[in-house]
Amino acid sequence: MSQQLTKKNELDLPLRHKETKRQKTNLYFRKKVGWLFVIISIIAITIFNFYPMVQAFLLSFQSGMGSNLEYVGLANWKRLFGDPTFIAALTNTSIFLLIQVPLMIVLALFLSVLLNDPTLKFKSFFRIAIFLPCVTSLVAYSVIFKYLFGVDGIINQFLVNFGFASQAVNFLADPFWAKVVIILAITWRWTGYNMIFYLSALQNVDKSIYEAARIDGANAIQQFFQITVPMLKPIILFTSITSTIGTLQIFDEVVNITNGGPGNATISISQYIYNLSFKYTPDFGYASTVSYVIVILVVILSIIQFRVAGEKK
Amino acid sequence: MKIFQRASIYTFLTIAAIVSIFPFLWMIVSVTNKSVDVTQGRLLPGTHLVANLQKLFETVDIVPALINSTIIALISTVLTLLLASLAGYGFEMFRSRGKDIVFTILLLSMMIPFAAIMVPLYRMFGSVTNTMPLFGIDSLGAVILPTATTAFFIFFFRQNTKMFPKDLVEAGRIDGLSELGVFFRIYVPTMKTTYAAAAIITFMNSWNNYLWPLVILQSPEKRTIPLLISNLGSSYSPDYGVIMSAIVIATLPTALVFFLMQKHFVAGMMGSVKG
Repeated sequence: MSQQLTKKNELDLPLRHKETKRQKTNLYFRKKVGWLFVIISIIAITIFNFYPMVQAFLLSFQSGMGSNLEYVGLANWKRLFGDPTFIAALTNTSIFLLIQVPLMIVLALFLSVLLNDPTLKFKSFFRIAIFLPCVTSLVAYSVIFKYLFGVDGIINQFLVNFGFASQAVNFLADPFWAKVVIILAITWRWTGYNMIFYLSALQNVDKSIYEAARIDGANAIQQFFQITVPMLKPIILFTSITSTIGTLQIFDEVVNITNGGPGNATISISQYIYNLSFKYTPDFGYASTVSYVIVILVVILSIIQFRVAGEKK
Repeated sequence: MKIFQRASIYTFLTIAAIVSIFPFLWMIVSVTNKSVDVTQGRLLPGTHLVANLQKLFETVDIVPALINSTIIALISTVLTLLLASLAGYGFEMFRSRGKDIVFTILLLSMMIPFAAIMVPLYRMFGSVTNTMPLFGIDSLGAVILPTATTAFFIFFFRQNTKMFPKDLVEAGRIDGLSELGVFFRIYVPTMKTTYAAAAIITFMNSWNNYLWPLVILQSPEKRTIPLLISNLGSSYSPDYGVIMSAIVIATLPTALVFFLMQKHFVAGMMGSVKG
């Protein structure tokens, strides 16, 4: 028995030694191979994302028509503050953001809490129905909302027939109502999407926490604010950042529902950039300056949201 | 009190469900109605389904648009799956300090608003239009390339690779497979569900993409479905029955994907946050 062991060891040792040596060369080789797996993506993202970002930054100090550009220093940046269309675009985008994102997130949270109740009937019907708007393309649903809210659209017929309004409201020709329609449309499209995130996060929350809270006499509202919201904080942060970035860039909806109108009542920053570059006489330099405003806003708002979420921890 | 609470919960959910479904119902019903009936808000099915479809295919170039959208969506999906999964696998299985830093930098690209890079991209593709028309302005190649790989999907595949059993890789190496062989013969077949989830999301993003094709495609025969619908929607004498038919046809593929592959669909959304 002991003879066998030593014999085995004798055979084993040199083999093991050889193995480690091979593993070492393998490790070196593998490090190089690892880069081969990632290199195409690194190059592609650099060419199609980072390089254009640098280009846009350089363009923001240039001006001229089409490709006849020259450096003008900070002239574009000064022009921003005196440009009424830019100020309208910034104001509209901010209004969409400040009203739509909180409205949607609260609504989505509320719906997910209701749907998380194990005793609820028709749960999957409600879940699928509320998620359904996410399968539509932004352009398609925008066109549909434009017709729904038209002067002779279904919403107006409903309002008039049921006596909510004495005559049809021209939603899309009214600066206030046009904004409301845009906000309603985005909320319709994205609430179910965010709700799914909350629902799956809620399923990971330990039920006994709620049990304990109930025994301590916490009511539903207290449970919501003291347990649900803190437990879901990471996912709420994630959804509010993605929604903020999304709404800051809003384009498809305003172009296809109101085309920025009436006047410039619903024009968004992205739409203004598009118009400056491809609709009016192209001014790529100034368009890039306007686009950097979105970049700055995205960065600032993301930092604020991280801070707010961090503080309450 | 309890019953009252229950009743209000069901009422609220029912209203939410109706609001969510109503535009769909109206859209589907409208396909079967005359333009006049659509504008008058008719909510009952009519008899104009065939007439609307016939008119759609006769007067609108929907077939070329469908072909363009399909080509773009399929190539984009294949490219994204291939490049992003290679990278996600590479970043996770061959971890090193350098790669972790590069990965973090790549993630920053998710914060870049498309509107900010659209002008430089347009100029970039403009500069190759004469030498490489397949990737120049007004080419399908130019639509596909900028979205061929994104930090989001690299992140998505990296997150999912964390759950991939590393022993399988060792086993493959011992069996004499090359590193690429391990990837294609072992990793890809094992991660089918991850690929399915990513495929659904990429396909939908590409199928519904509007702003970039609007910028880069110029001739009418190159138009994709969203461009076509946007165009129809803003026409001065719209035929609503026809427009609704086009919208339904455009929505069908994504709706089908959703209903057939609900689980993967949700997994695709969640894959980006877990871990």
